[in-house]
Amino acid sequence: MINSSLKQLGEMLQAKKISSVELTQTFLDRIQQYNPSINAYISLDETKTLAQAKAADARIAAGNVAPLTGIPIAQKDIFCAKGWQTTCGSKMLANFIAPYDAHIITQFDAAGAVNLGKTNMDEFAMGSSNETSYFGGVKNPWSFDRVPGGSSGGSAAAVAARLCAAATGTDTGGSIRQPASLCGFTGLKPTYGAVSRFGMIAFASSLDQAGPMAKSAEDCALMMNVMAGFDERDSTSLNREKEDYTRDLAKPLQGLKVGLPKEYFSEGLDADVGKVIEAAIAEYKKLGAEIIDISLPNTGLSIPVYYVLAPAEASSNLSRYDGVRYGHRAAEYTDLMDMYNKSRAEGFGAEVKRRILIGTYVLSAGYYDAYYLKAQQIRRLIAQDFVEAFKKCDVIMGPAAPSTAFKAGEKVDDPVAMYLQDIYTISTNLAGLPGMSIPAGFAQSDDGVSLPVGLQIIGNYFDEARMLNVAHQYQQVTDWHTRMPAGLE
Amino acid sequence: MEWEVVIGLETHTQLKTNTKIFSGASIKYGAEPNTQACEVSIALPGVLPVLNKEAVQCAIKFGLAINAHIAPRSVFARKNYFYPDLPKGYQISQFELPVVGKGAVTMQVPAVGKNAAYEKVVNITRAHLEEDAGKSVHGAVEGMSGIDLNRAGTPLLEIVTEPDMRSAAEAVAYAKKLHELVQWIGICDGNMQEGSFRCDVNVSVRPKGTEKLGTRREIKNLNSFKFMTQAIEYETRWQIETLEDGGTIQQATVLFNPDTGETKAMRSKEEANDYRYFPDPDLLPLVISEADKDAVRAKMPELPEAMKARFEAQYALSSYDANALTTSRDLANYFVATVDAGADAKQAANWIMGALTAKLNETGIDISKSNISSLALASLLKRLQDGTLANNGAKVAFEEMWTSLSASAISTVTITASLSFIDEIIAAKGLKQESDSGAIEAIIDEVLAANAAMVEEFKAGKEKAFNALVGQAMKASKGKANPAQVNDILKKKLS
Repeated sequence: MINSSLKQLGEMLQAKKISSVELTQTFLDRIQQYNPSINAYISLDETKTLAQAKAADARIAAGNVAPLTGIPIAQKDIFCAKGWQTTCGSKMLANFIAPYDAHIITQFDAAGAVNLGKTNMDEFAMGSSNETSYFGGVKNPWSFDRVPGGSSGGSAAAVAARLCAAATGTDTGGSIRQPASLCGFTGLKPTYGAVSRFGMIAFASSLDQAGPMAKSAEDCALMMNVMAGFDERDSTSLNREKEDYTRDLAKPLQGLKVGLPKEYFSEGLDADVGKVIEAAIAEYKKLGAEIIDISLPNTGLSIPVYYVLAPAEASSNLSRYDGVRYGHRAAEYTDLMDMYNKSRAEGFGAEVKRRILIGTYVLSAGYYDAYYLKAQQIRRLIAQDFVEAFKKCDVIMGPAAPSTAFKAGEKVDDPVAMYLQDIYTISTNLAGLPGMSIPAGFAQSDDGVSLPVGLQIIGNYFDEARMLNVAHQYQQVTDWHTRMPAGLE
Repeated sequence: MEWEVVIGLETHTQLKTNTKIFSGASIKYGAEPNTQACEVSIALPGVLPVLNKEAVQCAIKFGLAINAHIAPRSVFARKNYFYPDLPKGYQISQFELPVVGKGAVTMQVPAVGKNAAYEKVVNITRAHLEEDAGKSVHGAVEGMSGIDLNRAGTPLLEIVTEPDMRSAAEAVAYAKKLHELVQWIGICDGNMQEGSFRCDVNVSVRPKGTEKLGTRREIKNLNSFKFMTQAIEYETRWQIETLEDGGTIQQATVLFNPDTGETKAMRSKEEANDYRYFPDPDLLPLVISEADKDAVRAKMPELPEAMKARFEAQYALSSYDANALTTSRDLANYFVATVDAGADAKQAANWIMGALTAKLNETGIDISKSNISSLALASLLKRLQDGTLANNGAKVAFEEMWTSLSASAISTVTITASLSFIDEIIAAKGLKQESDSGAIEAIIDEVLAANAAMVEEFKAGKEKAFNALVGQAMKASKGKANPAQVNDILKKKLS
């Protein structure tokens, strides 16, 4: 049951072979058993969760069902959910109980899905290893001494370890795709504006995008049907017709033009990861795809551009955490300035502080033009690279991350090495394009551990249905996405 | 040395929308603290701003009213600073690309002492949309500060002038004109006590005849025209004295203390914030099309300048009268309604700006709620016109109408009802003008007999004696005699 697809679970629930309460309890039991070691969840509330499961069973009994009715979903702790502790991985919000629902929470509730719990994450989604979380690191289910990636590390570990049927994540620079690659499952970052950001705690507003993290492309398509859609409460939400993301899953790939950017296969890419990606490309050839060499010449600028723009926005977005109205406030202070200083010094971790400092610096008078404005200009060039590329191909493929999962503690003292984890994912955020990572095989680590590798698929704007089709067809002829870490059965 | 003061204004105009600029919370004044603070007002994690289209329409209206460039694309920016009543840690405002660009406001600067009134054009640099902050409340609880976020997110249009004004009188004339205009076009209720219209005044001085601007100091949050005059005059004197004593002016923000009449520096430039403005990524650029402008234009009322010109042409009013009658839409509407009901335009203008305005000021009643309706005033003026009432009688009737109309539920909604109402007053108070020439002749004969000395003086060439005799005759008639007839008859008798 824990390995069943969302479609299968839905069918079992509707055929009343299992109840939502039973299914939910199965996952709650697994969480009870494995979460103490994996640390994928920050908060659980069995009472609320089981109440939702009961309500779902009542809906099913009444025949009022949607595809995800009764299915337990893990929610990244970046989404406000009414009555739930919503921490964003930070001490700053450790005491914050959200009084309202994020748009996607409302959407899942309306679909009758069950909120299984709030998953661990890098503090304010800033990190690529989940090690910046105030609530501790998360184990990679494939190898407990390694990181699951980040920032959606809790959701990633929960999906990989089958501690949920599927999960949500957010991706500002790779936070869905890099953990999907490191933990061996399917994750999709949609086009910017496809999923409402309302109620999703902001890191870098112009880059943040929520998306599904699940076992397969088909599962992601079903999740997208719930998550995506116009929401007038988010001004950057795009007013488009609601679409069925499963509609093209079965289409053959004959004649599909796959672009391979040379910049994604150069220096910095782990050789074993490269081999896995090449094998996956070969598989696509067999499926009828035509391979085209392309170039995204400004790829190398994406990390410096990102680390100007994202911190700039973050420094402003995180100003509201001042200890005045909610969140952490220092126990003792002498005056207002002292309260601000102490509350923020105590409430934020080192990586968050680093980015607030960078962001404040690049927006300062005298530096704004040289950093922020220049970065915005280059951001347009990066987007233009993709416009040119998509004149030649339908999708772009490459690695999602430069390496397999690295060991906990290995990069914590080297921020730049950590930032390079997102070298292949960041430019799609800067361009606002959709990207996904799908399991493509395994590579041996230096110490002989077999670790998952993700193939990245980048599509044109609003081309998620085609990307899911491209991923799904691969998953019809391969079984990488069905593999599960040993010892968690 | 002769000095010249240079003044520019920044005015925060609170827009008359139903809800806040970026959320659906109410902006009603005076609610219990934090009862109008929604998730967005409190800046909870995850909330997002959504622009209120009503606020944009207000900005377009203002742009059209001052003939300004309205930006087809403007951008909301974040102004970052920490303050307890600023919930997000930044204010959403407009910085590089404001919604309203260059425009101008024309006004009359009233006569002061020997200086005659004159027309002045003040150039508007820009006007931009932004949100207001909340309020810090000190001392409500002993030893604690409270935050009221009801006002946080209230829509403001900040209107910035060029440094075009050269005296406190000009600055105040501009502020008054702007105050009239924003109310006229219906974008602001103009309530200065409640903070709906707040002026910051930038003042600097320079030797007369020089070009270079002096260092300015900004007087914050003046909430009455009286204070504005006092503050500018004090600040100007202070700056001149400082410079003449060999000192220098530091750029600073100053507060005006109404109790002492002095301005005092709040913070100097050294302590000023670096606001780290950048475009707000939560909001799309504000795009305004020609069609958007046309839609607002179609709903624009006739503007005061146009109405003033029309009054001069249509009603043969003086520029002064036309200007005075177009200081508010309610006043102008009242005037038009009075004339439409049959009153003589010039007479209506005189009575509205004279007796009626005095009465309204005295009682603190708004013209839209005047005890004497435009129809009632028109009836009174008709009776003055047709000779039933003399001026004195009309004044008495006016007072009587004011009191009885407020005390009773008498309907004066039709001109017939109004006329019978005024006729009842005339009858009851015996105000009818005496126009019977026989009766007037009898009175004059008595006056001539009783004032033989004056008659002699007149005959000896003293013109003044004639007026004295008219006065005596009017007095003898208890003010009821028709003054024209008195004049005529007296002239005949003395010739």
